[in-house]
Amino acid sequence: MIPTSYYLVVSAMLFITGAIGVLLRRNTLIMLMALELMLNAVNLSFIAYARQLNDMGGHIFVFLSITVAAAEAAVGLAIILSIYRSKETVDVDHLSLMRH
Amino acid sequence: MEAFLFWIFSIVAVGCGAMVVWHRNAMGSAIYLVVTMLCLAGLYGLLQGAFIAILQVLIYAGAVMVLMLFVIMLLSARAEASERERSLPAWVALGVIGLIVVIKMATLLHLGAPAVPPDGFGTIEAVGALLFGAYILPFELISVLLLIAIIGAVILARRRAL
Repeated sequence: MIPTSYYLVVSAMLFITGAIGVLLRRNTLIMLMALELMLNAVNLSFIAYARQLNDMGGHIFVFLSITVAAAEAAVGLAIILSIYRSKETVDVDHLSLMRH
Repeated sequence: MEAFLFWIFSIVAVGCGAMVVWHRNAMGSAIYLVVTMLCLAGLYGLLQGAFIAILQVLIYAGAVMVLMLFVIMLLSARAEASERERSLPAWVALGVIGLIVVIKMATLLHLGAPAVPPDGFGTIEAVGALLFGAYILPFELISVLLLIAIIGAVILARRRAL
């Protein structure tokens, strides 16, 4: 049997990778994908804990979080699309309209 | 066998996860992200989460990534971002996040192999019964959220604002 900690370590590595992507990339599409990676990492630790504690509540949470991620992807991509229509770019550095 | 599958899935998932962030153009990143999600579905299967594994493949690797690929193909020809050096605050934030996660993980490393789960753990039947029993209110609320997201996405992506 694989110890639960191993799954948690995989989850942490994926989460840090996603955080690196969100902070260091400038392409908004790739930032959105790195965000999805972070959500997936959290889902993995939910499932690992559900198995560890024999409680299927974790599965319900992942079900809800997958739904939220789908909604987030739809709205996020719509926003990127409409920004691209008006600004002709997906580079976050050029999207400083709301910067003070 | 289980250990072998665990190592395969987790190494490929972490490797492809790194490639999502590392890859130059968005199209390549999306393909690597699909592979990562399929490997995570395999890990869910190893953790007796059959229902969630199916959902991961159907919704994430299927629906969400197809949507992303559509948008990337709509934009990608001219949608290259310049990748320059990030500023100091980004690196500091990254360091802090990494430190917090590593400290949290260090307190969790004592968790051993879990006990054998009861019969039917994580099957569609068991999760469905829980979903329509104890968690009926969140389930109904999430459908309202989906409706809001659909309307929001349609309004945002319209060619001309209202």
